Parts: sequence; structure tokens; C-alpha cells
Amino acid sequence: MTLRFRLNGRAVTVEAPPGRRLLDLLREDLGLTGTKEGCGEGECGACTVLVDGKPRLACLTAAIQAAGKDVLTIEGLASSGRLHPLQEAFIATAGVQCGFCTPGLIMAAYALLQENPRPTRDEIREYLAGNLCRCTGYAQVAEAVERAAERLR
Amino acid sequence: MRRTGTVEIVHPRYLGEALCLVADGGRPLAGGTDLFVRVRRGTETAPCLVFVGELEELRGVRETEAGIEIGAAETHAEILAHPATERFAVLRLALRTIGSPAIRAMGTLGGNLANASPSGDGLIPLYLHEARVRLVSIHGTRELAVEEFILGPGKTALRQGELVRSITIPFPRDGAQAYFRKVGRRQALIIAVASLGALVWADDGVIREARLALGSVAPTVVRPRAVERALVNRPLTVKALTELRDALSSAVRPISDLRASADYRRQVAGNLLLDLASG
Repeated sequence: MTLRFRLNGRAVTVEAPPGRRLLDLLREDLGLTGTKEGCGEGECGACTVLVDGKPRLACLTAAIQAAGKDVLTIEGLASSGRLHPLQEAFIATAGVQCGFCTPGLIMAAYALLQENPRPTRDEIREYLAGNLCRCTGYAQVAEAVERAAERLR
Repeated sequence: MRRTGTVEIVHPRYLGEALCLVADGGRPLAGGTDLFVRVRRGTETAPCLVFVGELEELRGVRETEAGIEIGAAETHAEILAHPATERFAVLRLALRTIGSPAIRAMGTLGGNLANASPSGDGLIPLYLHEARVRLVSIHGTRELAVEEFILGPGKTALRQGELVRSITIPFPRDGAQAYFRKVGRRQALIIAVASLGALVWADDGVIREARLALGSVAPTVVRPRAVERALVNRPLTVKALTELRDALSSAVRPISDLRASADYRRQVAGNLLLDLASG
């Protein structure tokens, strides 16, 4: 079927079976490999994207569920060619090691700051509870989100 | 084993169309947080999935004279944010513990019901509030109490061709204290080892009525009614609750699985009761 939706601010039209995963649609059909597949069953958060401003797991979303929606991926944060303050803060605090979970963490953090521009450390930790990281540890990640929140205010 | 193949899925625009597809054997898909995983693993097979998550008829929360009616496809996040759920503190406490923000923005209360997991956090408040489940099919509608709807792990009273349309929850009597606690193996994204939700009405520290609902300790969520009755006229203190701890442990029928042993679950269930005095 023909799917139409907005992707990182631009209208896209793509042919795909309706049951294709949004994750595969993004990575394979549209070439946006920033969104990662970790567990593929909703346990790790690596594939977090925003759909109409809300965080969603692209591995558990059918392509048809994106039809007519506004989808934001990690590629959309730096579309102007400049890194988003969240991305800069992750680099500055060494909140990135292998980097595999980072796009999902940043998209979840982005959703948090849209909902709550002044989160406490506990609110950050709670909001990112669905994003697993196996190398950095979470302290630098939480610090990065705090820094970015300050810069965005 | 992970299948990477594509799932057959259809997107009806109207409830009537969805009901015809479900009558033909299609499996309703709402948030997809459980069903999508099972279908891709091949542990669940259906000729096709019928995406009902955006059907107007299954959406929204509305206040009625007697309580609230929640559309089956309303997400946990939407229910939490809706002003009409403010009077249902235990519902909000329980839904807040489900998964992560992304899971709560996807998963639905109707999905929690149809899934009938013994560890379904969203089910505990429905048992406490004695909610009713509205079902619809091409043949008509019917309504069941949540305890009649859920029959066992993954088993419900849904008949072939039926969909969960909405959940109705009566307003509780004023003055209820709400309590919800889930115990797991870690702090984040917990699937409960045992959980306890409660509504307690007390005067001057003496219990007048108590409703308890336990998750993950029996084939379905359970209301230990003998313990509920025994709580009446007792002070809400750790000492008084301790006397009923063993009774509560005996009221549950847990299994051993990868998360915990049956004995541990039984002990935790009893211990959770003591927490009511500090909640």
C-alpha cells in the first residue's frame, strides 16, 4: 500500500506492506539507520522515535500506524546541520560509549523535555527507565539531560 | 527465534467494518506491545491483524452519572492524563507503573484486558473498582464484570468475533485510601513478581471496608475476600495487619517461573499487606 506521513518535518510517500514494522520502514526503505534495533520486542528502548510528539517503539509499531502521522527520528534533531543541545550534552558528559542505545535515549529525553522542561534528576531517571544502556551507565546520561534542559530554557 | 517477515494487517475505518473482519477470524490489534511480539515470534497465529487502535468508537474517556467509561483503545498515558480519572487514584497509581513512557503511550487498557495476564498491572484497579467490560460483535453487545471476563492466563470470556469496546468503572464511595505496590526483580520496566492494590475506608484509624487485589500470584488477579472481611473493624496498624499476613499468603495460588518461586511469591504477597499501614 502507499503510505503517506511526515518524517522529520518533510512529507514522505512510500510503498510498503501495511504490516511492515516502522523500524524496517525507516531503516531499510527510507535509509534512516539512526534508529536502532536492540531487542525487537519492546524491552530496551533502542528504537524509540516520536510519533505525533509521543515516544513510541518503532519495533512494535506497524507501518500503517504511522500513516498520516508526524514521525521524528534522531536524524530530525540535527536536520539543520547543527547538533541539538541534547546531542551536544551527551557528547560533553561522555554519555555515549558504544552509542547503540544513544539515539533511543536521546529521543526519549527529547520527549521528556517537551513534556517537562525542568525535570528533576529523579524524573529524568524515571522517564528513561525504558531505555537500557549496557556500557555508559546512567549517571552521565542523566547529567546530559540536565545540561540540555538548562540550555533549552 | 525471531521472524522478520511482514505481518498481515488491515486498518478498518469504522467499528462495523472492524467487527466483520474480527468475525472472519482477524485478531484485534490495539497498542501492539504484546500481540505484535507474539505474532512475529510465531507463537500466535491469525489470518490477519485488525488495527482497532484508532477507531473513534473505542476511544476517549467519558464521565457518566455513575462513573467513567474508558474506550478500550485508550492508551495508559491518555487515561493517566485525563481529568476524569482523578477520582480513581488507584487506577492512576497502577497505570503509572506500567512499562516505560513509550509503552504507556502505546499500550491500552482494553489490550490489558484481552491479554488477561496474571501480572497485568492495569487489571488490579479494575478488580478493586468492580469495573465492567463492554463487549461488541456483529450480533450485538453484552457486558460482564471484570472477574467474569478474565478466566485464566491469556483466557477471557471473549467469544469468536467479539471485541472489547469499553470499560465502565463506578465512582468509589468517598474517603477511600488508595494503595498500589508492585514487587519485581529490578527497578525499571518491571513485570511483577507480586503486586497488591487496595482501597481502604477507615475512620479514626479503624478499617470500615477494605478491598484487596493481588497480581502475579494466581492464574488471574485475585480478590482475597475472606481477608477483606477479616480486616473490617481492625486498626490500620502493622501489628493488626500482621495477624492476617498468613491468611493472605494462603489465599494466593502462585506458580514458580523464571521471575520467582511460588514460595517467595506467597511470602511477598503476605508481607505486602503490612505495607498498607505505612501507605
